[in-house]
Amino acid sequence: MKNWPLWEVFVRSKNGLEHRHCGSLHASDATMALENARDVYTRRMEGVSIWVVPSSQITASNPEHSGEFFEPAKDKAYRHPTFYELPEELKHM
Amino acid sequence: MKDNLIQYIYGIADNALILGQRLGELCGHGPNLEVDIAMTNIALDLLGQTRSYFQYAAKLSGNAATEDTVAFLRSEREYKNVLLVEQPNTDFAYSIGRQFLYDVYHLLLLTELQNSKDATLAAIAKKSIKEVLYHQRFSSDWIKRLGDGTEESHNKIQTAINDLWTFTDELFHQTEADIAMVSEKIGVDVAKLKDAFHAKVAEVLTESTLQIPEMKYFQKGGKQGIHSEHMGYLLADMQYMQRSFPNMNW
Repeated sequence: MKNWPLWEVFVRSKNGLEHRHCGSLHASDATMALENARDVYTRRMEGVSIWVVPSSQITASNPEHSGEFFEPAKDKAYRHPTFYELPEELKHM
Repeated sequence: MKDNLIQYIYGIADNALILGQRLGELCGHGPNLEVDIAMTNIALDLLGQTRSYFQYAAKLSGNAATEDTVAFLRSEREYKNVLLVEQPNTDFAYSIGRQFLYDVYHLLLLTELQNSKDATLAAIAKKSIKEVLYHQRFSSDWIKRLGDGTEESHNKIQTAINDLWTFTDELFHQTEADIAMVSEKIGVDVAKLKDAFHAKVAEVLTESTLQIPEMKYFQKGGKQGIHSEHMGYLLADMQYMQRSFPNMNW
């Protein structure tokens, strides 16, 4: 069990919404990861769908590169679509 | 009729109660966090089912009975669970083996109980069956993982299955209450579940590269209230709070 790989768990809380990352767990394979995720993350009716992804398959940005990655966006307010009026009916934006 | 129905309900519900108690012992002691939560989830499913049955039994018996008095204030001989479910968590293989053997039986029982002429029992069965489908999926998967895993896991689960096998035949014995309830079309004829049970168990064990035990003589007694030596300890643990602080509530 010490050698079980790590899996990232994504849960969709209801139909129409997107899957959201909610945590990680250990499992020997994808089937077990899915069952473990069901037991660990959806036992209080949190979800209607689950994805599991091997953590090793995720390529993450390097915190050391956050300067060149993220900071240039800071002073570019014109990239935000803040000048549009959203219709009342539009939810989850 | 009423007494037979109450005894019949005990015969089903006590299995869920005692197995739930056994699984509850693993809370905080599972092999890892994920399996720990999975097994206590199953324990809670079973206790939830037990409550539905006992609320119904308490209502039938009238007087001062409640689901709590039924669960906590009976003596050992009055519990009608099968010997299988009271067997201890010797190691993980025993917990999984016990769960698997019970789940296969439980699913077959509930499938039939859905057709009961007793509307309450049929409703409880219908609600519980989704939970038990998952239980069987969980325990069958673990049987396969252990059986087809390493040499050590294979040997451990084979030993557990061999040791627990002696308690399987009792599942299909009819009690007096069973016979009475079957004739009223309220109860399930458990003797008829035997072939389906063995077919399913054989299918999973074979897929798991495990041997199906061969045995001529089986243990019985739980359904008559004659339990193994483990039962007294289990009840002492389970009943401690109600016995020490009578009528206590949460």
